[in-house]
Parts: sequence; C-alpha cells; structure tokens
Amino acid sequence: MTEYASNIHPMAAILIHAAIPLTIILVYALVAIWGERKIAGFIQDRLGPMRVGGWHGWAQSIADLLKLIQKEDIIPTNASRFLFKFAPFMMFAASYAAFAVIPFSSAYIGSMINIGVFYLLAITSILTLSVIMAGWASNNKWSLLGGMRSAAQMVSYEVPTIATVLTVVLVAGSLNLMTVTEMQAGNDTLGFLPNWLIFQNPFLIVAFIIFFISILAESHRVPFDLPESESELVGGYQTEYSGMRWAMFMLAEYADMLLLSLLGATLFFGGWNSPFGDFMSGPVWGFFWFMLKGLLLVFVMMWIRWTLPRYRVDQLMHICWNILIPLSFINLVLTALWEVIF
Amino acid sequence: MLNAVKQSWLTFRSIFTGMGVTIRHFFGPSVTLQYPEEKMELPAGARARLYVNIDDCIGCNLCARACPVNCIDIETVLATQDVDLGKTSTGNPKRFWLTRFDIDMAKCMYCDLCVYPCPTNCIYMVPEYEYSEFDRSNLVYHFSNLEPEMVAEVKEKAEQEAEQKKREREEMMRKKAEEKAKKELEEKKKADEETPKNEKENRGE
Repeated sequence: MTEYASNIHPMAAILIHAAIPLTIILVYALVAIWGERKIAGFIQDRLGPMRVGGWHGWAQSIADLLKLIQKEDIIPTNASRFLFKFAPFMMFAASYAAFAVIPFSSAYIGSMINIGVFYLLAITSILTLSVIMAGWASNNKWSLLGGMRSAAQMVSYEVPTIATVLTVVLVAGSLNLMTVTEMQAGNDTLGFLPNWLIFQNPFLIVAFIIFFISILAESHRVPFDLPESESELVGGYQTEYSGMRWAMFMLAEYADMLLLSLLGATLFFGGWNSPFGDFMSGPVWGFFWFMLKGLLLVFVMMWIRWTLPRYRVDQLMHICWNILIPLSFINLVLTALWEVIF
Repeated sequence: MLNAVKQSWLTFRSIFTGMGVTIRHFFGPSVTLQYPEEKMELPAGARARLYVNIDDCIGCNLCARACPVNCIDIETVLATQDVDLGKTSTGNPKRFWLTRFDIDMAKCMYCDLCVYPCPTNCIYMVPEYEYSEFDRSNLVYHFSNLEPEMVAEVKEKAEQEAEQKKREREEMMRKKAEEKAKKELEEKKKADEETPKNEKENRGE
C-alpha cells in the first residue's frame, strides 16, 4: 500500500497518508468516547447512554459532536487571542503527527523512517507546549495551574517512558517500529508463546509496567489526571474553552491515548503480528490484531480510570522521580547485562 | 529496600483488588430501569393521585372538611322531590346532586386524610403517577359528571322547590299564627268564664 501510494502523484500520496490515520483517529474517538461512557456505566452498575441511535445509544458521540458544533466559541477578553485559538489545534496536530510512524499493518506505515520511536517521542513533547500555551493564554488561574501541572507532569514522565522505550530498543536493536514489529513474528518462545518482546525477557515485563504507568501520566489519565482534574481545577487548561476548540482538546486526548497504547502494543505485544503464528495473519488481519491490542490497552486505561482515585501533585512527582526513574534505569542496565550474557 | 518492595507489593495488591471489584461490577447486572418502557412496581398503598368514584359519592363534604390544604371543592344541590338519585353501592341513599367536585392535585400533599372519613369509600388514592402538566390549571380534576345545562336545570329546579317550600312554610306559619291567635282569643273568652276548664283544654292540645 505504501509502495502503491508513492507510485501515484505525490500530492495524492500525501493525501492518502494523511487521511488513513485521521480516519482511524476520528472513528476511534467516536467509539472510545461512547465506550468510555458505557464502561463507566457498567462499572457503576448503570447502563450508560441508551437512547441516541437505537441500539445501546451508539450514536451518542455523534449527537454530542453535533451539539458541540452549534456551541458558541467563547474567547475571554483578556486572553491572548492567537495563542488561545491556536493551542487546541497544535495539541491535536502533535498527536496526529506521531501516528506517521505507527505501523498499522504489515502493508501500511505512514513513514518508514529509521528513527521512528525517537520521532514519536520528540513530536509528542509538543503536547506539553500546547497545554502550557492553552493554560497561559487563557489568563485564568485554574488554567494556568493546570498548564503548569501538566508541564511538570509530562516533562517528568517522559524520562521513564524514554528509558523503558530505550530498553525495548536495546533488545530489538532498531528504532524503526516496523522493524521492531517484524522482529516479533513467530511462535517459538518456550515452544508455544508468540515471540513478543514481553515474553522474551523478564526485565521487559518490569519495563512494560513502568511504561504503562508512564503513559497513563503522559496521556493525562486517572490516576494522573491532575492537569484537568475537574473537582479541584474546574477542568485545568480546558476551563476557558468551549465548543469545537474544547472538542479538539478531547480529540487530542483520546488520540494521545490511542497513540501511546498502540506504541505499547508495538513495543511489547508484537504489533500487527497474530498471536497464533501464521494463522489469521496478513495485512488486514494484521490491522485487526494491532487495533485489538491497542484497544485492549485503552480498555485497561478506562478500567483503571473508574477504579483508582487521583494522586496528589507531590505523590505524582514522588512516584516519578523517586521510584519510576531509578527503577527504569536499573532495569535498562539489567536488560543490557541480560543481552550480553544470553 | 525490603520495605520498599513490601510497599510496592501492597500497592499493586490493592490496585488489583480494586480492579477486581470494578470488573465484577462491569460484568454484573445493572440496576437501571429504562423508565418509559420499564416501570417499577409501586408498593401497596402508594399515594400517587386522588380518584373519586362519583357514582358512590353522597355529597357529605367530609373529605373537603378533612383536607388540610383545602384542595377539594364540593358544591351540592339538594335533589327535588320528583327525582330519585338511587343508592350508592354501599347502600346509602343519595340526596344531593353533585354539581361540582374539583380536586386540585397541584395543592394536594398526598396525606390521605380525606380517604378515611368517607362513609362510602368513594375517594381514594390510585397508583397513577404520570400526570405532569405544562399548565397548573390542568391539574384541577373535575370529577362531577353533570353537564353544565344539567347543573343549571337542577339548580333552577332546586331553587323553585326551595321557593315553593319556603312559601308553603310561610303559609303554614301564617296559619299556625292565625290559629294561635284564634285560640288565644277563645282562651281569653273562656278564662273569663271559668279557669279550671281552660287548663284542661290546654293540656289536651
């Protein structure tokens, strides 16, 4: 597919490459917002949305979107107008751009570059910038507090994320996510398990746990949703936003969640590889398995959201700097030793 | 170091315990009732709306007097001699036309106090609770089954009969008064003749 797209007119190729991840993100966002409400409902012994669209309220997100489009676009008088307007789009652009290096299937990856993971981690750092931009430009104390918290949180949690990703890169020997995925093909571990990296090495299990905790914090999910904690900060950096600009923030947040889950699925769970070896494999099945793995991680994130309470700011920083960062670096060194010995 | 491991173990154990609880509820049954389609069974004796079985009402006004918020408004007209309104299902004879029996459910406070005094058990609560209205005046329920023309006719008849009765009574009073005056005159005459006889006659009356 990538070859086919590059053979036709370059402009058409760009459009195709831009449209495929965007379609996936938009469809996923509609499903995930509905799904999150259903999951919240079921966990609390409710039913969640049941009315819109007939079957179990499947059209609830579409109705919400239509409502958001009709809303007034409010910009506070003392806000910095350009930054205020620009922040949500920049945030979405950052998560969207990172999808370029995600291998959705054996036949499709947006950009086959050799420094894929590095690019992904670099471009998602812009998320921090856009959150601060939104918080500062709003000229509101809650927004500023949320933005500052977010900056501290994301900068801190990038360190353990990068350290754990580095652990995987050390084992895989490549920064290209396609290569990392191809490496995990086959079913030879202990005779029956798939060759996924998480089964390769005990230290990678620890790495995955650290990685998962870090991506919860990176994508502002409970228990680390301090930047937008509704009950204390009114909504953090989103406080002054309304209508479609606010929707862009939500979209970016959900896209970020999917992005980091897909990254986790690629790095630890074999990406588009089928869990049954050659059975049910191929480009289309590959896409299915990849999305299934990513959405399972998203489900776990939602499950955790409705289980755990929120951490305090100092606890958050304590977990990151005192526990996760030393642990991830020790883990990195131990993995390196394991690789040298075996 | 050992302590840190122990603490981490406890943290993870509590997180997984919590996640176990939530996933059990995730697959467990929901308590939500899909209201317009599914309805909760009301408990016995639920007070939701007042109802009057107007065929059994004898117009005694006891319920209206029992009502603490004056939400029951009853107007009765005495039935004329030529009509027989029949009996209630409990056997009490009906003597009044019920020209108005209004209950203002907007005022009603569901205390059930009007239900107990009713001699024929014709006013009671029914488990019907979906009666919200956009206009408060629609919450005034008219239980009287008489047509307006009928009400007018009945009132007119009752007035005529009342007038006639009044006239008859006046006539009677006048006659009585005349008789009395006559007797007094006679008594005076007799008293002039002999006193004991007069006393005897008085007792005979």
